[in-house]
Amino acid sequence: MNVSTILIILLIGAFATYFSGDKLASKVALLFSLAALGCSIVLLNNYNAGENISVISNWIITQPKISFALNADGLGLAMVLLTAALTPIIIFSSFGNEYNNAKGFYALILFMAFAMTGTFLASDGLLYYIFWELALIPIYFIALIWGNGDAEERRKAVVKFFIYTLAGSLFMLTAFIYLYTKAGSFLIEDLYKLDLSACEQFWIFLAFFLAYAIKIPIIPFHTWQANVYQKAPTVGTMLLSGIMLKMGLYSVLRWQLPLAPIAAKEYLYIFIALGIAGVIYGSIVALRQKDLKKLLAYSSLAHVGLIAAGSYTLTLDGLRGAVLQMIAHGFVVVGLFFAAEVIFRRYETREIEALGGIRTQAPKFTSMFLILVLASVALPSTFNFVGEFTVLYSLSQINIWFAILGGTTIILGAYYMLRMFQHVMLGETNSKTFADVTLNEGISLAVIIAVLLFFGFYPKPITDLITPSLETILQVINKN
Amino acid sequence: MNTLIAITGLGIFCLLFEILNLRKAIVPITILGLIGVLALNYCEFGTEQSYYNNMIAVSKFSTAFSSLFIVLTIFLVALSHNFYKNHPTKISDYVAIKVFLLAGAVAMVSFGNLAMFFLGIEILSIALYVLAASDRLNIKSNEAGMKYFLMGSFASGIILFGICLIYGAMGSFDISEIHESALSAELPIWFPIGMVLMVIGMLFKVAAVPFHFWAPDVYEGSPALTTALMSTLAKVVAIATLFKLVSGMNFIASLENQDLLHTFEVIVVIISIASMSVGNIMALKQVNVKRMLAFSGISHAGFMLMTLLTVSASAGVLLYYTAAYALSGIAAFSVILYVCRDQDNEDITNFHGLGKTNPLLAAVLTASLLSMAGIPIFSGFFAKLFLFNQTIQAGYIGLVIVAVINSIISVGYYFKLIIAMYSKEPNQERTGRPFLIYATAVVSIVLNIALGLFPSLVLDLLK
Repeated sequence: MNVSTILIILLIGAFATYFSGDKLASKVALLFSLAALGCSIVLLNNYNAGENISVISNWIITQPKISFALNADGLGLAMVLLTAALTPIIIFSSFGNEYNNAKGFYALILFMAFAMTGTFLASDGLLYYIFWELALIPIYFIALIWGNGDAEERRKAVVKFFIYTLAGSLFMLTAFIYLYTKAGSFLIEDLYKLDLSACEQFWIFLAFFLAYAIKIPIIPFHTWQANVYQKAPTVGTMLLSGIMLKMGLYSVLRWQLPLAPIAAKEYLYIFIALGIAGVIYGSIVALRQKDLKKLLAYSSLAHVGLIAAGSYTLTLDGLRGAVLQMIAHGFVVVGLFFAAEVIFRRYETREIEALGGIRTQAPKFTSMFLILVLASVALPSTFNFVGEFTVLYSLSQINIWFAILGGTTIILGAYYMLRMFQHVMLGETNSKTFADVTLNEGISLAVIIAVLLFFGFYPKPITDLITPSLETILQVINKN
Repeated sequence: MNTLIAITGLGIFCLLFEILNLRKAIVPITILGLIGVLALNYCEFGTEQSYYNNMIAVSKFSTAFSSLFIVLTIFLVALSHNFYKNHPTKISDYVAIKVFLLAGAVAMVSFGNLAMFFLGIEILSIALYVLAASDRLNIKSNEAGMKYFLMGSFASGIILFGICLIYGAMGSFDISEIHESALSAELPIWFPIGMVLMVIGMLFKVAAVPFHFWAPDVYEGSPALTTALMSTLAKVVAIATLFKLVSGMNFIASLENQDLLHTFEVIVVIISIASMSVGNIMALKQVNVKRMLAFSGISHAGFMLMTLLTVSASAGVLLYYTAAYALSGIAAFSVILYVCRDQDNEDITNFHGLGKTNPLLAAVLTASLLSMAGIPIFSGFFAKLFLFNQTIQAGYIGLVIVAVINSIISVGYYFKLIIAMYSKEPNQERTGRPFLIYATAVVSIVLNIALGLFPSLVLDLLK
């Protein structure tokens, strides 16, 4: 058994879901996503036992040489586990909603999970690029067809998103082709071995940066984000913020930094500064938001800015913190968007001003939501604290001011998140009734909270998993 | 050679059907005949022979491209069945013209002599003029035919003039003789001038900027099936012939001898960039789908012209690109034919809600547009990838960057159509599921995806 099994399960799952009909689609999709989760856990065990679970086989293209190479190291596996764990949660969380043409909807979700898993595993540049682009098509349709709000505005937001990300990726493709002409292969090991001049590295770094900065997003390439998050259906928002933007961050570690280490070192300060700028900008804009989903979108912008800054520090702590925070942020952001969806199901609004007074009516929901809010502001004993603290520590080693400015994410984050919580949940009892969470909703939220708290106390399994592969990446970066 | 004879024979058969009153059977029998021709052509693959005093030279290049043309013609003939339903008495003419057009196309890629080349191009062009004006009661179709005829005859005249100058310089029409003497140090200046005139004439047929002005009007005015033919088969034939002219006559080497190579390359780069950019930018504003695809075709011509910069190595890439482009074009046009069959125009509004009424056709059109835009797993992506790879290796990184930017722009208008299909409400009933249209759409898109998954099948043919 090797990692391609997960991909096969998800792909078959996507087709099976489509052909199972509208009524059964959600259950079939859940089943297959759970199977993928189970498979990835088995693979993790095999990996820890020292088995080789990578795949490399020659695709039939010989000239230019493209191989079907999937490499599972700790970092890749951690991201695959994140995807495999979040997908069933996301599918399960949608059980309370009715969708037109549900079979298409759930099939697209599974297909997207397939493409994203492929992105995390691919170790051949072109294969990686194909998966990267494939992930874009389902989310485009999910947001376009099943999104909310005015159709015309939604169309604009989604098309902007698509063209933006595609534009970035095409420059990445150009960089890959250039690297191919140098190395004669798309395989990552061969590309790592290349000896590029500083000037070449600069352009390569820039081309990759464009692709990733748009996907993550890093300031000033973030303008698509808030609108798409708001317009997409909640499931789409969860997929985008929970997993898809992690593709960008992961790729920074896997492809951008090791392929252009000289450029990465030379312009370290600029890119950290861009990340930190995202932190401050996102936090300040989040303060002013009236729409719950938009507020969460901007808070997400702030958090990923910090993750990006951590990755660009090129220290082991920075990279490790970034990966931990990626996983933690993935869970917490899915939880928060789901809480917003729970409120929307009952009150049909996301306007913060129109809400309030839910606490007395729904104590269980309130306490779960509070834990998620606190996790999001990185309260100690939550998973996010571990990640954010490690990143801030690594930033302080580069320059203390980076850590201080980056720390504003915690202070400002606490301010806008708690203010939001106050307006939405507390206050006088709302005249409209608010039913407490149903069993299904409760399970989704509880699973997320359990993960956040468990790894908050005991992050060692994940750090043990990712550290060796991060060390390898750092060796490549520091080889000259 | 046998292919050419068989195709011509098939064309005459089609005409006989009319006399024998077998109109109903004409489409299936022609398709079967063409499949037979395809098999015949396949048997010839790999043999290098010349016939009739080197009038026709069969090579890997010519057979591979001929196969592509035959496949495209099969699709176009299959689409004819529904398209000409209202003109039952004319159908054998229309089908016969398409088969003769194929004969011209095959002659154009397998010529061994410039006279044969000119004969091929005229057979193809005259058939196209007739088809463009074939909706004879429609004023737009008349206009399209007239425009195309006037502009096309000028282009033919220029080509003929170029052939004359080359004959003046070389004393021969024979390609292999020209090929050898093109390398001699002392060449009269007539040779490059004649060659440039021929290239200009062919650029007109390809519809590259600045010789593209006829394309949007003609595409819009012609009956939709003719537009499909022009934008897939005719364009592919023209670009393949241009490639064969430039490579077959040793043009690049002879320019190098005379220190003109750099100028030639600059011109190709400029025309390629201009075609891509003008085509894409103009396409953004179109509301008529046929016009939009006309401009998209102009931009694809710009991409295909990039192969002229690496003539010695890029025949396989050109074959792959043309196959990917033409197959997605056929798929797109079969959907357009279905959607607009009872409409008097081809505006985007006609496509509203196709995703709800005909999910399969909407999926096919989406796939074909994604392929043209160059999104992975569709062959359009690999076509661009191989092309860019080839061009970067030759050192034209700037050109590739412009091409990449153009790919991004193209997404803008391809997605306009996709959005119209999925996010708007249907505004008309769409009844009937014509089998041949569905079959053509599905088969061509499946072929397109198959090429995307197994690129070597086509890419390595011309090694």
